[in-house]
Amino acid sequence: MDLNLTPAELRFRDEVRVWFTENVPRDWVKRRDEEESMLGRFDCLRQWQRKLFDAGWAGISWPKDCGGRGAPVMEQVIFIEEMARAEAPPMANVIALGLIGPTIIAFGTLEQKKRYLAKMLSAEEIWCQGFSEPNAGSDLAALSTTGVLDGDHFVVNGQKCWTSYAWAADWCELIVRTDPAVPKHKGLTALLVDMHSPGVEVRGLKQMSGESEFGEIFFRDVRVPVGNVVGKVNEGWGVAMGTLMHERGTFGAALQVNYRRNFNRLVEIAKTINRNGKPASEDPVIRQKLAQCYAEIEVMRLNQLRAFSRINETGVPGPEGSIQKIFWSELNQRFQQVAMEILGPYGQLAHGSPDAFDEGQWAYGYLRSRGNTIEAGTSEIQRNIIGHFVLGLPKSY
Amino acid sequence: MQFGLSESQRILQSNARKFFATECPISEVRRIMETDTAQDKKLWQSMAEQGFLGVVFPEEAGGMGLGFVDLAALAEEMGRALVPGAFLSNLFAGAALHAAGATKHLAAIASGEKTATVALLEASASWNPDAVKMPTLAGEKLFVPDAESADMIVVVARDADELALYLVESHAVKKALMPAMDLTRRLYKVTFDHPAAELLVKGDDARKALDHALNVVTVALCAEMTGGMQRMLDIAVDYAKTRKQFGKPIGQYQAVQHQCADMLLYTESSRSAAYYAAYTMTEGSAEAPTAVSVAKAYASDACRETGNRAVQVQGGMGFTWENDTHLFYRRAKASEMAYGDATYHRERIAKFVID
Repeated sequence: MDLNLTPAELRFRDEVRVWFTENVPRDWVKRRDEEESMLGRFDCLRQWQRKLFDAGWAGISWPKDCGGRGAPVMEQVIFIEEMARAEAPPMANVIALGLIGPTIIAFGTLEQKKRYLAKMLSAEEIWCQGFSEPNAGSDLAALSTTGVLDGDHFVVNGQKCWTSYAWAADWCELIVRTDPAVPKHKGLTALLVDMHSPGVEVRGLKQMSGESEFGEIFFRDVRVPVGNVVGKVNEGWGVAMGTLMHERGTFGAALQVNYRRNFNRLVEIAKTINRNGKPASEDPVIRQKLAQCYAEIEVMRLNQLRAFSRINETGVPGPEGSIQKIFWSELNQRFQQVAMEILGPYGQLAHGSPDAFDEGQWAYGYLRSRGNTIEAGTSEIQRNIIGHFVLGLPKSY
Repeated sequence: MQFGLSESQRILQSNARKFFATECPISEVRRIMETDTAQDKKLWQSMAEQGFLGVVFPEEAGGMGLGFVDLAALAEEMGRALVPGAFLSNLFAGAALHAAGATKHLAAIASGEKTATVALLEASASWNPDAVKMPTLAGEKLFVPDAESADMIVVVARDADELALYLVESHAVKKALMPAMDLTRRLYKVTFDHPAAELLVKGDDARKALDHALNVVTVALCAEMTGGMQRMLDIAVDYAKTRKQFGKPIGQYQAVQHQCADMLLYTESSRSAAYYAAYTMTEGSAEAPTAVSVAKAYASDACRETGNRAVQVQGGMGFTWENDTHLFYRRAKASEMAYGDATYHRERIAKFVID
């Protein structure tokens, strides 16, 4: 057991750190807040990712022949942590970088790799993930969007929803039913669909937090070349599962840095807010709650370190990723609640209220956290995965 | 960077697992727990021969000279096997003697020739050394583990205003059993009436030695708790796979499955925190006391919850005396309180990270 960075990792970290110090746009938060439109804000992120790409920082753990640096997973983790530490903007193409790129690397043809990967890294083409449907959420394999073979094309009809970045996407990794006659997991195919094709329509879906981060996509007789099949026809379930494993793999690396920053900020606030005639930070009940948050954030970080060490050895994220998913999502909900208790009536004040702490980010953070235990697989689905795939209990459905 | 056991630590752990599976199966645990002291001489001697009693003590003092991660790897296996007796109290005393510079006593401890314990808590039942009030060796100490089987007792007392550690022979003091929940370890009330005593250390040095020894024993306990949690999880999952109701294994129902998933989450998370704390101790990092408190605060709640669910998953069977779960459950409850419960360690964390 050695948690010290190796000399190579240390060199890498220092190099990344210096680059971020010199290159993170200082006015990013202000620009983000001032930009009225979502597309305007998104354009900032696109430019930022292009800058990272030009400097060779996109796709750190992707193989060299796929346009990446071919570095070990640990360097990817260091990079993500440094990025969060520098309070750098996120990259625009997160779904492509974290999920779809690795899927194409694992299952795609040489032509697909050449065609798509570099433009994912440079943010020239933005991607979304067309998995969930109105009647197929947790039961993903029940999806009903169809792909019917017509010559050298699949003709796609159906509806996807809860699709993050649908409004910005140029391409979509789409799971469709290509054989309705076989059991539900066996008739699915993964397609790469051009979102600018005739028959594709995107509608925004407003969330309880007020944003429209995700949307619905309608497909009406959309023609997709057979060359855009990822993996094999009717073997799309395995491809989709590969994608979702990545969703629970290194995804949490930035979170622990952000959580720690939020925790530190909440401690600062607790020192200024009054509780029973003294600072809230001196109230024994508040102290217990803050310390519990600290301990859990620390445990989340350590669970992740262990998981990354395992990925480093085995090369793939395992079903244990479900533990991380449950942990970070439920922890954030508990943390946001503690923040509300400390802030008292101030906690509810929204963006735009001059009396709000931190421009109303606590009210936003509280509402946003409700989505954490739903997005990327609900807590219930994660517990099913642990029960069946990790503990070997019989499948419940 | 690598978070996991080294090759030699893996070997140590797998040897320990085999050793306890043979030397201390659950039938043996049940036999030993029925004895007066729950401390078995033969098992103790075999553990000594394996080097288990002196893992973290220096080689020149008869130990193995290994680090705290090695200790954690061993303790996890002891928790899994529910090894009864004085391992932790003896480790606590040894670490205190070592930190106090009284290394001449260590060889006898590492070789199993003698055992020792620490008398710390008083009627206030506070783990904070500041709460120690007993003047130089006259008064009562409570919750002293394994005092009857121990040959020596390290006593924490106050000499005028200064904290001081003394060593006394166990036969020179009066011990009364405090019958308690954990059947595999004994607690005693010990009365001191000016016994012959050796002053080990006092003042700041006494505080430092005691703080260090508390961190050592707490880390080992957290790892031991992880092993116990793993065992409770394994027992419950095995049961859920075979027990049938409504024509199906109960483990097929999500209400049961999700309880098991939570047990795994608690167990793995406690494991991460325990090994990290052990690692920071080995590195001598300034963060070590915080890491120890994080591990104990988390494990204290997590082992109780894991136990609660293990009993619940097994229904009526889980509530019986013949089922082994209650033995682990009792240990879990005692461990939750030992060396500071979650509330105590959270306040310690608050001091480190808020103040």
